Amino acid sequence: MGFLGPNGAGKTTTIAMLLGLIAPTGGTIRILGQEMPRRREAILARVNFSSPYVALPHDLTVRENLVVFSHLYNVAEHRRKIRDLGELFGVSHLLDRRTGRLSSGEIARVNLVKAFLNDPQILFLDEPTAALDPEAADAVRTLLMRQRDERGLTIFYTSHNMREVERLSTRIIFLHHGRIIADGPAEQIVREYGKADLEEFFVALARSEREVSQ
Amino acid sequence: MNWRRIWAMNLRQLFVLRRSFARVTDLFYWPLLDLFFFGFLSVYLGRREGAPMIAGLLLSALILWDIFFRVQQGISVSFLMELWTRNFVNLFVTPVTVTEFLVAMMVWGVVKILITATLLTTLALLLYGFNLFTLGLSLVPFVIGLIIFGWAVGTVITAIILRYGQAAETLAWSLAFLFQPFGAVFFPLSVYPQWLIGVLLLMPLPHIFEGMRAVLAGQPLPLHHLGWAFLLDAIYLLVAWAFFGYMFTLARQRGLLLKAQE
Repeated sequence: MGFLGPNGAGKTTTIAMLLGLIAPTGGTIRILGQEMPRRREAILARVNFSSPYVALPHDLTVRENLVVFSHLYNVAEHRRKIRDLGELFGVSHLLDRRTGRLSSGEIARVNLVKAFLNDPQILFLDEPTAALDPEAADAVRTLLMRQRDERGLTIFYTSHNMREVERLSTRIIFLHHGRIIADGPAEQIVREYGKADLEEFFVALARSEREVSQ
Repeated sequence: MNWRRIWAMNLRQLFVLRRSFARVTDLFYWPLLDLFFFGFLSVYLGRREGAPMIAGLLLSALILWDIFFRVQQGISVSFLMELWTRNFVNLFVTPVTVTEFLVAMMVWGVVKILITATLLTTLALLLYGFNLFTLGLSLVPFVIGLIIFGWAVGTVITAIILRYGQAAETLAWSLAFLFQPFGAVFFPLSVYPQWLIGVLLLMPLPHIFEGMRAVLAGQPLPLHHLGWAFLLDAIYLLVAWAFFGYMFTLARQRGLLLKAQE
């Protein structure tokens, strides 16, 4: 699921609410059939989160960080799990490197290893390719699509890269000032609003907002 | 309560300690400087006044004070570390509960003082011939009383940082020292004006340090002081937990958990 909107639309706030970091001012949140935050512990054991704006401790090695998070997620046979995910995301050679010394692309892949440690049923990704060059971003997207298809994983995805979102998402929710203004597959949204693609829709929305504010 | 998660948060601190010069400095450098200063001062005063007890009084007070301070700091600084490394959000999107987080910080505070107090006690014996264990079994309740008060103060500081962000981080190093001149740490309660004594006795520290001095003077363990210390400890710890819980709820409502690490 792609979660889109201009800066300040409320994407990160919504993810933070879904993860129990912010209390909503109204309404209820149900994830995997359970109410957040009342069943927070049970829900968070089955979901995970990754964002380039939230770092893993830079003073620990990649392996140390992953061991700590394995314990936090109660992962069985965590050493094997770290080894397998390290191979899957191509970070095996980085496991004994200090996290703070990795490049942005390497950190993004390590963050994804952390995000897959507990075999989540839902993965929240806040702009996972924001700090990456096009090649590294493409590698991450390919990995994510494979995991989505192989594991039947739900990915809740925010990004400013419209092509990326179109490629990854079967459903898109478009937020504007904290409200949902479009919800459906990319083709449907584009058709409904008479635009050529999502990018055009996004730009039109941002321009109309600027004009209103002027 | 999931002990594996509590272990994980302590493991993270141990990993940092293994290679962080700043954290090792916290653990050894300042306590050792204090020990040398008070050790030589007590040697000098002991010779001059002909009062051999002065070394015992000063060094016992120093080591016990350090237990309180290191426990408090263990809690506040381990919390700050999560903010400095921008790991706080990562931590709270795992199933870790607030209680587990608090317990993990409390355990880490105890681990820190086990290391520091062992070092100080050994060096005090080797360098100044002072054996802290002359306090005998009464050492145990004194130490427990100080640990509990350290937990309470550390938890309150953490809650304030959670609410006001890293602007309040200086409290982690400074607030405990407010208790040093008013906690009857290095001198007896009788030094204070009469009107102030009643107020100071609302803190556990004067009870514990008065008890320590009584035992060093060869008197029996003053149980009334000990009783008061534990009663006050329990009250302060419960208030501190409630305060943290309130601040955490407030932080969730105002979105401060996301902003805390910025």
